[in-house]
Amino acid sequence: MAEALIRAENVNLQRRHKQVLQNISLSLQAGQIVTLIGPNGCGKSTLIRVLLGLEKPDTGAIIRRKGLKIGYMPQQLRLEPRLPITVTGFLSLARGGSRRHIDSWLERLGISALRNQDIQDLSGGEWQRVLLARALLQEPDLLVLDEPVQGVDVQGQSELYQLIPQLRNELGCGVLMVSHDLHLVMAATDEVICMNGHICCSGHPDHVSGSEAYLELFGQRPVPIAPYTHHHDHHHGIDGHIEAGAECQCDGHDHAAPSTHQSHS
Amino acid sequence: MNDWMMTYWWLMPLLSGVLLACVTGPLGSFVVWRRMAFFGDTLAHGALLGITLGVISDIQPTLALLLSSIVLALVLFPLQRIETLSSDTLLSIISHSMLAIGLVVLSLAQGVRVDLMGYLFGDLLAVTGQDALLIGIAAAVCIGLIRWQWRGLLSTTISQELASIDGFPVARLNLMLVLMLAIIVALSMKIVGILLVSALLIIPAATARSLSRTPAQMVLLASLAGIIAVLAGISASFFWDTPAGPSIVVAATLMFVASMAVKRS
Repeated sequence: MAEALIRAENVNLQRRHKQVLQNISLSLQAGQIVTLIGPNGCGKSTLIRVLLGLEKPDTGAIIRRKGLKIGYMPQQLRLEPRLPITVTGFLSLARGGSRRHIDSWLERLGISALRNQDIQDLSGGEWQRVLLARALLQEPDLLVLDEPVQGVDVQGQSELYQLIPQLRNELGCGVLMVSHDLHLVMAATDEVICMNGHICCSGHPDHVSGSEAYLELFGQRPVPIAPYTHHHDHHHGIDGHIEAGAECQCDGHDHAAPSTHQSHS
Repeated sequence: MNDWMMTYWWLMPLLSGVLLACVTGPLGSFVVWRRMAFFGDTLAHGALLGITLGVISDIQPTLALLLSSIVLALVLFPLQRIETLSSDTLLSIISHSMLAIGLVVLSLAQGVRVDLMGYLFGDLLAVTGQDALLIGIAAAVCIGLIRWQWRGLLSTTISQELASIDGFPVARLNLMLVLMLAIIVALSMKIVGILLVSALLIIPAATARSLSRTPAQMVLLASLAGIIAVLAGISASFFWDTPAGPSIVVAATLMFVASMAVKRS
């Protein structure tokens, strides 16, 4: 297999006596879409910060391919209202923010009309698109999207989930996406990783777009989302500690013995 | 003092005020965008302690002021990053206790008579040609630095996370801004006084906000508003014998109110 764009090897990170990341290993290839899911406070955003190099893990390593260009779309960036700035002005501050690049990406994302608007006047969906354009400016090898559909309506979510695989094909980039929805992920996802401190399970989203229940739920039009069935061999207590057992649908999902998990409760 | 200085004694104060306003435009805009108003206040209040220590240890007052302001800025600098601990409470405690300690120590210092009102509200008549020269140099250096690092400073202001991913030296830029703030606050003490220093930073910038669409426009308009306020304030002081520092702030406030009216219409 080709060299991975980015790899995490046995990453551990502790914050305020809480084990936020526990033995996380993952890798992402060019052209691959990985969706990271997990409950609130499970360490998704921290993992992203570590992968981006904004935080150093306590132990373990992050290995990036040489010269890797990362385009990052942050979760809910709030702009200070007293800073007057237009969309073009904002984008021109970013890396690769030349006039030509800005115009072509705004065009590609269908938001050329916003070019000279004040950032303050944008709707939530428009602002998300501008942030996506910002991430795309330098034609990244790896696109990292932190909850890109948050605060976007169903229509917008559907459009974005169709757009992301298209962008992947056009740029040939890898995509790492964070989603808070535990059961429905973008259909184009190649691999789902479910985490809660450690990686709980991973796999492909289910292919069910033909099933009757699915059509009943979402209507006749194809919807670019797919359900994901978890395969856990353990529960998490309310404080996140791990209880072995009960709901075991695990197939070959390797895990350390339950006794070691008790340590972080 | 020669005849020329006797006739034109107001020239140096006026020149110093205008030079100062040139740099408080850009610096004040950053203070407003980054919500650092309280930080500026704390620096100014702490300066009284610096003056006191200078008087006691017989160092040249301007030098004592500059040194203490820079030291204080370096001590307070890490506080900016603390978000969990409410840093405004902490800043408030530091700010007012420093002012109080300064006043108490000053009153206890034996055989020392200082013009307290001059420090608190500014003493324009005491401004010498040397002060004007110092302010001129500081203003030129600060404006030069801001121009040079404009993109980085602005990116860091919008999002430290994105700026750091784009490769801007975020920590160094923050430090640079804080040091510039410390120096300008120290030098503006004679013009507007400890209690009104942050007004000169914030009111012109706030005035410029409603009239501008880009950050650059806001910075230039803030300088312009500051210069007009200084000219108007010193004129008022000249013709009606009002205190100069407060007159400058009153003029700035009138312009701010007018800018609100312009925005509304």
